[in-house]
Amino acid sequence: MISWPNLVSQLFNGLALGALLALISSGLTIIYGTLGVLNLAHGAMFMIGGYAGFVTYQYTESFLLAVIAGSLFVMLLGVAMERVIIRHFYHRPHEDQLLVTFGLGICFVELVRLVFSSQSQLVPPPALFQGITNLGFMFYPTYRLAVVGIVAVALGALFLVLYRTRLGMIVRAGIEDSVMVDSLGINVYRVFMVVFGIGAMAAGFAGIVNAPVVSLTPGIGDDILVQTFVVVVIGGVGSFPGAILGGLIAGEIISVTSMFNPGYAYVMLFAAMTLVLVVRPHGLLGVQGRE
Amino acid sequence: MLKQRPFLIETLTAIGLTAAPFVLPHLGFAPNTVNRILVWGLFGLGFDILFGFTGLLSFGQSAFYGTGGFVAAYLLTRAGFGNVLGALVIGMIAAAATGYLIGLIALRRTGIYFAMITVAIAEVFFFVEFNPLSDFTGGENGLPGVPTPSFNLGFTTLHFTNGWSLYQFIALCYFIGVIIALTIVRSPVGAILSAIRDNPLRATAVGHNIHGYKLTAFVIAAAYAGFAGGLLGVLQAFMPPDAFTFDTSGQLVMQTAIGGRGTLFGPLVGATVWLFLQDFLQSALGLGAAWKLVLGVVFVLLVCFLRGGIIGGIADLYRLIAGKRRRTEAETGQEPPDVEDARQIPPAPMHAKEVAHPAYSGPILKATGLTKRYGGLVANSDIDFSVNQGELRGIIGPNGAGKSTFFKMLTCEIAPTSGRIVFEGRDITGLKVTEVCQLGLTKSYQVNQLFTGLTVRQNLTIAALAELRGKFRLDLFRTLSGVKGLTEQVEHTLALVNLNRRADTPVAELAYGEKRRLEIGLALATSPRLLLLDEPLAGMSPRERVETVKLLKSIARGRTMIIIDHDMDSLFELVERVTVLQEGKVLLHGTPEEIRTNAAVQEAYLGGVHGEIAA
Repeated sequence: MISWPNLVSQLFNGLALGALLALISSGLTIIYGTLGVLNLAHGAMFMIGGYAGFVTYQYTESFLLAVIAGSLFVMLLGVAMERVIIRHFYHRPHEDQLLVTFGLGICFVELVRLVFSSQSQLVPPPALFQGITNLGFMFYPTYRLAVVGIVAVALGALFLVLYRTRLGMIVRAGIEDSVMVDSLGINVYRVFMVVFGIGAMAAGFAGIVNAPVVSLTPGIGDDILVQTFVVVVIGGVGSFPGAILGGLIAGEIISVTSMFNPGYAYVMLFAAMTLVLVVRPHGLLGVQGRE
Repeated sequence: MLKQRPFLIETLTAIGLTAAPFVLPHLGFAPNTVNRILVWGLFGLGFDILFGFTGLLSFGQSAFYGTGGFVAAYLLTRAGFGNVLGALVIGMIAAAATGYLIGLIALRRTGIYFAMITVAIAEVFFFVEFNPLSDFTGGENGLPGVPTPSFNLGFTTLHFTNGWSLYQFIALCYFIGVIIALTIVRSPVGAILSAIRDNPLRATAVGHNIHGYKLTAFVIAAAYAGFAGGLLGVLQAFMPPDAFTFDTSGQLVMQTAIGGRGTLFGPLVGATVWLFLQDFLQSALGLGAAWKLVLGVVFVLLVCFLRGGIIGGIADLYRLIAGKRRRTEAETGQEPPDVEDARQIPPAPMHAKEVAHPAYSGPILKATGLTKRYGGLVANSDIDFSVNQGELRGIIGPNGAGKSTFFKMLTCEIAPTSGRIVFEGRDITGLKVTEVCQLGLTKSYQVNQLFTGLTVRQNLTIAALAELRGKFRLDLFRTLSGVKGLTEQVEHTLALVNLNRRADTPVAELAYGEKRRLEIGLALATSPRLLLLDEPLAGMSPRERVETVKLLKSIARGRTMIIIDHDMDSLFELVERVTVLQEGKVLLHGTPEEIRTNAAVQEAYLGGVHGEIAA
């Protein structure tokens, strides 16, 4: 049952899934770190990214345009969501923030279900990455390899924005102490809006990039959201490097366990999360006192 | 709201449940729908104790609903267990046991972490039910053939089959569930759960083991979920696998928020609205699958604009009307003025709790080499400090001298980097703040740490309960008035801090000076032998200062106190000895007179410009 090519291909699958989870989780974690709001609609953002890309692809037949339109649409949706609703919840208890984002997530999913029905939709991979690649020792779907590259580039871009720009510096300062940033004369609410947009965009981008790997359904974001939570708990809330590390760990756990028995993938994932909670309650790269 | 006439809520519930089969059919409710509403309502009773009362929002309740349901259904269908009620109870116990284990993990963290962990838990249970355990649970087929309950009374057999007949059984279960929930909520544990929701930090500091109480709430919620899950199987004659889905948890959360959290009946109201709307939108309006979108929108709007849900909204409306009436009455009549009464007899001093080792006669507190470093920053360095029994000690020092850090170490809120703290001859270094408070050492905070959602009396009750019941006790079925000495202690503290007139006022409505007095009262109500006061006079008007100094003098009798303050005139009038801290070190100890004239102290406060000013 366990053959080397099989194991290696599962490890690659894990890398692709892990990279995606890393990207989605970093979106979730920078939003939480900066705004203090856990966005339970983040899975829906992932799903909407896929559908927005799907619609664009239907009209233009260009995968590149689909990726751009999908990400931008979700970013705008995120900005609108922050302006109209989330903004009024900064000074309300955590439970209310959880409830309202949870409700919004359901609204988004049901809206998409209404428009596109529950049937699954397909987005083919771009022509450039179709087919399979001979890696010398095994054959592997080209697009999945490409996903790793594409997501790595996106994570790199996010890293540059967070660590090499003025905005990124403000965001990181905001994660440490948003009240202080506010009192330094920076309009922290505008930063919040931008961060929410970027965080949502990360999920939306992942959604359309992932669309050719799986088929799109309105419920696709729910599972991803759960996995994202595990990633964030493992990596540490508010930590960008933690999200990447946690994403890769979770991706590999899911893939490798699935090789033996897919039914146990979540059990193993949960076991890993429990282990982290017992050994390092603040996550592998998390900082104490941030919750 | 839950403290009205005795048994009022119980009686109303009984009447409502009895009347339902006669009224609801005329409103278009099928008996099956009513039964489902009751199952959701029972499920929600436990969840509301966890979410509404304790403030822990779990998205993982489906795990316990499913566990209880499948254990009961398995016993009844595959294991040949004949007693339906017995199977339900075993399912409930299984769910509670599972809840205990899961709670140990999930409650390692709070806030959003807790929410995320519970989501993950629910998902794991779903997968386990479908795959590894599908031989027991029937996988996606569920377990068909769950029997309905029957009871052999000797002369006759009661059999609750379906429809309104089964309703009688489920309604009785719900009624018992309500009575138990009400009892729990009104018990000392219930009071502490509300305190945890309000201010976990202070609940810990006054001496409650909040982790234990949170776990209790979690287990209670799991037990309710387990029993309700079993009832679901009985109701449908089939245990559906979707009891375990995340949607089940989500629906429970939404129904509770729609109906009104913290009301116990919110989930029932929410379920009624939910199931009614689902029926109405699907069949009457022909919306088909869009009903869930409509419910989602309704839910978001409710969370945005009506935080207390439907019940909360009705209560607000009622209060608005009642409040208006009271205000018109107040305009005609005269309310008693709320100023302090000059003729008031000063209350007797409040005694500290009994000493554990009466033979001990050394210094009550002795700290040696106490140091606290935050990375490169040294907040406290090598402090030696000793206070005798019955002493009144003042601590002064410029801003940033490390006074509050020093206090936090003494009460074990933060652990020192090095050094030892000995309280009444016992090494307390490394203990938790809860344990230290139970030993008789506590402090009042520089920035108020009150239970802002509760009244003054409830605040003091929480603190007094910690002293009277210890840090953890499971007296779920006792009333607050059954706690010996509680009323006396609360009344006495109220009198001491001069808040008798404001006893039933919510903290949010108090004036600042009153809040400061309550802050001291919270510490006092735990009957400490050593009381630390962190800037008790800060932000007070000159008149309030005089009052508070008088208060401090009266509580100092029979008690050791250490006071930090910047108001040196008031402080020097109070204390016998003063310790001066500067840059994290002890500058000197001395009597107020010595400190007043010491050149080094003047230097520390005026930073060396003193000479220039004099010149």
